[in-house]
Amino acid sequence: MKQKFYYSPLGDGGVGGDMDERLWEYIDGLSSAEERYSIEKLLETNREWKEKYHELLEIHQLVQSSALEEPSLRFTKNVMEGIAKYQIAPAAKTYINNKIIWGIGIFFIALVVGFLVYGFGQIDWSAKSDTKLPVDISKVDFSKFFNNTYVNVFMMINVVLALMLLDKFLESKKKKIHKEA
Amino acid sequence: MPTGPSDTEIISLVLKGDYNAYSLLVERYKSYVFTLTLRFTKNREDAEEVSQDIFIKAYRSLADFKGMAKFSTWLYTIVNTTCITFLRKKKLDIRSLDDEKTFEIADNQDSGFRANQVEQKSRQNMVNQAIAMLSPDDAQIITLFYKNEQSLEEIGQILGLEVNTAKVRLHRARARLKEKMEKYFVEEVRDL
Repeated sequence: MKQKFYYSPLGDGGVGGDMDERLWEYIDGLSSAEERYSIEKLLETNREWKEKYHELLEIHQLVQSSALEEPSLRFTKNVMEGIAKYQIAPAAKTYINNKIIWGIGIFFIALVVGFLVYGFGQIDWSAKSDTKLPVDISKVDFSKFFNNTYVNVFMMINVVLALMLLDKFLESKKKKIHKEA
Repeated sequence: MPTGPSDTEIISLVLKGDYNAYSLLVERYKSYVFTLTLRFTKNREDAEEVSQDIFIKAYRSLADFKGMAKFSTWLYTIVNTTCITFLRKKKLDIRSLDDEKTFEIADNQDSGFRANQVEQKSRQNMVNQAIAMLSPDDAQIITLFYKNEQSLEEIGQILGLEVNTAKVRLHRARARLKEKMEKYFVEEVRDL
């Protein structure tokens, strides 16, 4: 575990404004063993840390000791009367049919494939290679196309979608690694 | 620790048709749900109504509870969404306390609190009043962590946040609670 070092103009053991955060983690029991040891050392030797620790601990204990709010005495009865009018809804997975979702997906994929096959079918593959295109591609000014607002918006949407997909992919990877750990 | 049948045992009874078993869950969680709801609504009548609505929603969706998380975590997710919908409907200001307007609201609440300071000097009242002065977001995260015994992972799940974001939010909420207590309850804190 890396030791954390922070610049502090207060000479408080090099922790500066991060003191609160580290102390809260210590109080919540979320610090690592190494961090706990380092904080305990600071509490023994540094008066400022000790004072802050007691201040935060007091808040922590006060909040912990506060009572829950109680609803009216009729609360449970009211809820039971309320639910008597209803039935438990079936679980979402029972009415979302996966076959239908797969069917819709397959339909769209088939549509795209169909268009591609039709497009390629229109190409005359036997045509000579020296056939000249009506336009000289090397002379086309592409900057004209990208100056169009609609094209730019379209490109931007695609970039955003690509980033979202990448984010989803990385998120699922992260979760997988987290689960394995 | 709850005594009697576990949450999952009660849920399976309810799903098998024992509708009355649901009252055990209501009894077990009503104070937690009511406290959380009160953090949003800021008044008991609305909190009571919204809490009842939450338990009815939970009952209707009970078949969707898969037991992947604790029942309480699942229930607090419903609390969160229902309360946000309530605030939207009421068009209440849910901005943080950094907002000038919210400061005014807190100051107005303070004048009321000071009026009956003598009667409400107890430790518990003081903390609850200080929490009530926070924004719903801050009050909610403090309540979930301290009162509803949810871990940071579970809080993240309920609020749809990363664990680290939940941790930062909790730190900030506690810092603001400390400010409130120092500002409005300085004498009470000294007396404790």
